Amino acid sequence: MATITSPAGVSAARARVSPSERLAPAAFILPAVLVVLLISIFPLILSLFLSLSRLRFQAGGLEVQFVGLDNYRKLLLGNEQKVLFGTLAEPSLFGWVILAVVGAALASGLYRAARHQPAIAIVGRVFASALLLGLTYLIVATLFAPEGRPGTLVVTMLYVTVGITLQYLIGLGLALLCAQPLPGRRFFRVVFLLPMMITPVGVGYLFRMLADTNKGPLEPLWIALGMQDFAWSNNAWGARVAVMIGDIWQWTPFMFIVLLAAIEAQEVEPVEAAIVDGAGSLDIFRHITLPAILPVSTTLILIRMIEAFKIIDLPNILTNGGPGTATETLTLYAYRIWRALDIGGSAAIAYILLFLVTFIATLYVRTLRSRLGTT
Amino acid sequence: MRSLFRSSSPFKPSPFRMLVSYLILGSWAFLILFPLYWLFITAFKLPAAVNNGPFYIPFVDFEPSLHAWEYVLGEVGNDTIRLFTNTVGVSLISATLALVIGSGAAYALTRFRFRPKVGTILIFVGCVMLAIALTALGAPWLLSVAVGVALFVISLFTLARRFKRTLGNSDIAFWLISQRILPPVAVVIPIYIAFQQLRLLDTWAALILTYVATNLPIVVWLMRDYFANIPYELEESAQIDGASRFRIFNQIVLPLSVPGLVATFLFVLVFCWNEYLLALFLTNARAQTMPLAVVAQNATRGPQWWYMSVLVLIMIVPVIAMAIALERYIARGLLVGAVKG
Repeated sequence: MATITSPAGVSAARARVSPSERLAPAAFILPAVLVVLLISIFPLILSLFLSLSRLRFQAGGLEVQFVGLDNYRKLLLGNEQKVLFGTLAEPSLFGWVILAVVGAALASGLYRAARHQPAIAIVGRVFASALLLGLTYLIVATLFAPEGRPGTLVVTMLYVTVGITLQYLIGLGLALLCAQPLPGRRFFRVVFLLPMMITPVGVGYLFRMLADTNKGPLEPLWIALGMQDFAWSNNAWGARVAVMIGDIWQWTPFMFIVLLAAIEAQEVEPVEAAIVDGAGSLDIFRHITLPAILPVSTTLILIRMIEAFKIIDLPNILTNGGPGTATETLTLYAYRIWRALDIGGSAAIAYILLFLVTFIATLYVRTLRSRLGTT
Repeated sequence: MRSLFRSSSPFKPSPFRMLVSYLILGSWAFLILFPLYWLFITAFKLPAAVNNGPFYIPFVDFEPSLHAWEYVLGEVGNDTIRLFTNTVGVSLISATLALVIGSGAAYALTRFRFRPKVGTILIFVGCVMLAIALTALGAPWLLSVAVGVALFVISLFTLARRFKRTLGNSDIAFWLISQRILPPVAVVIPIYIAFQQLRLLDTWAALILTYVATNLPIVVWLMRDYFANIPYELEESAQIDGASRFRIFNQIVLPLSVPGLVATFLFVLVFCWNEYLLALFLTNARAQTMPLAVVAQNATRGPQWWYMSVLVLIMIVPVIAMAIALERYIARGLLVGAVKG
């Protein structure tokens, strides 16, 4: 399916390219494309169909009934709306400030684009800006409003944002420390890698043991704080923080090891020259190390973001999504109504997630491409 | 090449900086190790020692017992061994296949320019949709697939010529990674139906095929960055000497990429090793893997923490052993070209 033109950068001996050479590009890429097509495209399209239908399990098997956009309407406008979007309320002053800042930034971006770009690109930009503004309003009206309560959509985005930011910063800090010629750093490297090796369901149960205020190892601490009767399952923010801590514990290693590799692979000469010139370590980090690890960081954050949006095992096992639906993520929500045999509704949530992540990921890649010239 | 073996900070840090570094590294190590220590001692606790409040030190606070180990390795030992074999077999084969197929694709994406036509892609997607719709309406699935393929071939030679727009390599890469966006819950029913039709449910093949496909994008992305940093001059001179593409790939590129390959292999292996949801749906007895056993300990009597801890420990020991053995490669080899030109 791919039309293959001449190999990039190969000019030598082009006149006498043997047939096997001409087929080489296809032979290299086709196996991967075919496997992914086989396993991914079919489910992708079939679940789109499922999200547009209602399934009933009957004696003879499945009964599929086409219901159009009914599943989406139920989620976005109907009685499931409160779960997905939460309770929207009048934002606080701080909330309005955030909204105004985001709105102004988007408007100025649109204004600049309107002067330089063709009409078709403007339409896309207007659409993207409107969507971003809508998402911002949703976040502001649920998180930065006294009466508001975030739904699964905002909770998922909260986990992703807080989780990835902290994982990146902690991972970077540890990687910088581990890149120094310290005796015993190999020990730290292996230890820091460990949480990633544990199955996510195992991490869920492990943190459930640790978070137990009665029998868990932190009991003396809870007693000292006067919180021995505190139940995670009753406090929305406590439960959310517990999920985030578990997520950070498990996934910081991934950031750490990749960043460490990037730092160790940077060239030594500029650093040596900077030290000879008397540059401080902060200057070296800002002007040499940071630019060197930036391309890796962008890939790393993209991959982690895509994975983080699918977080399910930890909230499922640690808090079971509760109290109420306070810690429920989109994937867990899809899983919950999946188990209630509403297959169509579950597929619809998955497609909303797909739309959201594709939108954010595309935006992220585009912004990077225009800022850094890389992907 | 030489910069590979030198540290990035050539001068030793001052004693004060070393102290601060050790303090920070030590505290994070404690935060990592304490939960694991708790897991470890829970595996040796009697239910009473778990349920009657926190006990920290074996022989002092509580009397360690091997009852959980006896249960997991003795009483249900055959099951454990079967699950463990499945986990090892499935993840080793999946990770190897994903690495072989994925690094080929990653190499192609960094060295050749592809221009898939937008029209071809749209027609392809349309034909797949048609085939699925036909099946949904009651046609036998073999017939629908045949109709889809035939229509695709016909339109390829007629309609596709009208579309001139093409995509590039970065679009292919983005498409690959975007295949990971849809959560497993959404894809599990279609995959289940597909494997049911192929009569592959509850086999290694079903798990391996699924794991290879889901992990390929990660391999491609990690290895693409790696290959991009390998100097092209070597390959060019080999090409002038008449070496074929495959030979260049096998004998020049792959040996230079061993660290990156090892690190990627370890990542994918860990992901397959620990995967839960897909394994839950695609297997029911013979091909079950270890994560299912961990969750199964949350029985009607409440979570059996001691059995769970034993199972998790059994699961992580081989991976940790591998991580220690391969650490030197991971640290050196991930992502960025350790071999700068």
